[in-house]
Amino acid sequence: MLEVKDLVVAYGRVNAVKGITFEVGKGQVVTLLGTNGAGKSTTLRSISGLLKPVSGEIWFEGERLDGLPAHKIVERGIAQSPEGRRLFRQMSVEDNLKLGAFSRKDTSGVKADMDRVYDLFPVLGERRTEAAGLFSGGEQQMLAIGRAMMCRPKLLMLDEPSMGLSPIMTQTIMRTIKELQADGVTILLVEQNAQAALSLADKGYVLEVGHIVFSDSGRNLLGDDRVRRTYLGAD
Amino acid sequence: MDLLDLFLQQLINGLSLGSLYALIAVGYTVVYGIVQLINFAHGEIFMIGAFGAYATWMLMGQPTDWNAPMSILVLLPVLIIGGVAASVTVALLTERYAYRPLRNAPRLAPLISAIGVSVFLQEAVRLFYGEIPGFPTAKSAIPFPSIPGISGSAFQFGGVTVQMTAVFTVGALAVCTVFLWFFVNRTKTGRAMIATSQDPDTARLMGINVDKVIMAAFAVGAALAAIAGVAHGLRYSNIDFRMGFLAGLKAFTAAVLGGIGNINGAVVGGLVLGVVEAMATTFIPGQFGSAAWKDVWAFVLLILVLVFRPQGLLGAKVVDRA
Ligand SMILES: Nc1ncnc2c1ncn2[C@@H]1O[C@H](COP(=O)(O)OP(=O)(O)OP(=O)(O)O)[C@@H](O)[C@H]1O
Ligand SMILES: [Mg+2]
Repeated sequence: MLEVKDLVVAYGRVNAVKGITFEVGKGQVVTLLGTNGAGKSTTLRSISGLLKPVSGEIWFEGERLDGLPAHKIVERGIAQSPEGRRLFRQMSVEDNLKLGAFSRKDTSGVKADMDRVYDLFPVLGERRTEAAGLFSGGEQQMLAIGRAMMCRPKLLMLDEPSMGLSPIMTQTIMRTIKELQADGVTILLVEQNAQAALSLADKGYVLEVGHIVFSDSGRNLLGDDRVRRTYLGAD
Repeated sequence: MDLLDLFLQQLINGLSLGSLYALIAVGYTVVYGIVQLINFAHGEIFMIGAFGAYATWMLMGQPTDWNAPMSILVLLPVLIIGGVAASVTVALLTERYAYRPLRNAPRLAPLISAIGVSVFLQEAVRLFYGEIPGFPTAKSAIPFPSIPGISGSAFQFGGVTVQMTAVFTVGALAVCTVFLWFFVNRTKTGRAMIATSQDPDTARLMGINVDKVIMAAFAVGAALAAIAGVAHGLRYSNIDFRMGFLAGLKAFTAAVLGGIGNINGAVVGGLVLGVVEAMATTFIPGQFGSAAWKDVWAFVLLILVLVFRPQGLLGAKVVDRA
């Protein structure tokens, strides 16, 4: 469904992503692991069209994406919940969700999807008219995910959805990801919490300073010594 | 004339002048709120609006014999449309060719480009003087057509006179403010504008075409500036290629006064500035209260606000709910 080939992305003259190749199959949950600064967010931002790659190719459902402006990529069915949530803090929950559906014209479908987000995260429904900035970190994360779902993406990219969340909240988020997968949404997940991510990922890629150093199924990576040492804190 | 009458008279004069500033100030603030650019050429966009209306009047064969209702219902709207079309076109062209290529350049680059555009537009208009048949050769001021029905005094109470042009200017600001509120809060493009001013990258992730939003910001600002240009022409009965300089500077002051990036702030800032100027010329004694000093007081006010309330009267930064 999504194919990234030899992707190189730079900030100024410094390459942050140095030629990575990976694939996300339809209906899968795929995770990108890596230490701070490995290039995970940079990768997602280039898939979304916020960054222009220096070289390499990004293909989605047989169509080449790199070079398209970000709003066209959203129209193709790719949504991103960015690192640090990036909500429109002064706007209400409802307005944030409406902006998530900006590219859509089917008003009734938008309404239905909004109700679905409220079903998934009842606290958002109860306080839908309050400004997003007034919510707790975990609640804001729910809103960020909900907002990304509002464009009915085929591919949903989540950049560290569990950042700063309690274990119980992290579990809720991970359960939501599973539910979305069951609904047929393909997911590309960037996580610091490798344990949680690998437990539900079909496949994982490990990035180090802009390179993919290895990849395997989620289950195998959970048992992999290198992963256990670096990302799961085991000796 | 007693003191109260004098005060009320100056209040009305100030509000009318302030409405002019406010209409121009919105353009500075909206563009700044979205691209953090101080569009120094915006004063010239206001000037182009006045000239656009004037050119339209010439194309119509310089009609002078229309009756008042026809003038107000047909002639004036047509002139306004002509001015708005000219301003919006020029504003979009400058955005496309002078600012957009510099969007990722250091902040200073677009600012210098804006100053260049400002000089370019002034000179371009000046060079038309005497070149086009019917365009006066006068190097200073061109008489702006007076619209029957929008001249003389509208009404009078006690010793206070309200001019028709004042009614028009304040009315134009009121209508534009309502329109702007509706646009920002109730249309999709308006919502996209708020989102873009708060976080452009995230706005793009929502599927918002940020280029379009920026164009909308320039267009809205230019349209209001053009209306101000017509109001200016009617109020002072003449226009010239330099008129954008001081008016632009004052309107920029108004935008900063109200809180740059804040639409309500631009309106309030414009009105406050207009009233302060009008009051200063009347109630400050001696030569300091002379008309020559009014610009000094305007900028003194700006400095005071910048020192004691740098975020402006209503607070700065984002294009807030208008
Ligand atoms: N806006 C930027 N300008 C310059 N360099 C940047 C910028 N954003 C990221 N970088 C650099 O690019 C590299 C990759 O950053 P990126 O944000 O993709 O890492 P990451 O894997 O998402 O890390 P983290 O886990 O900390 O979020 C880092 O070395 C970082 O310093
Ligand atoms: Mg990151």
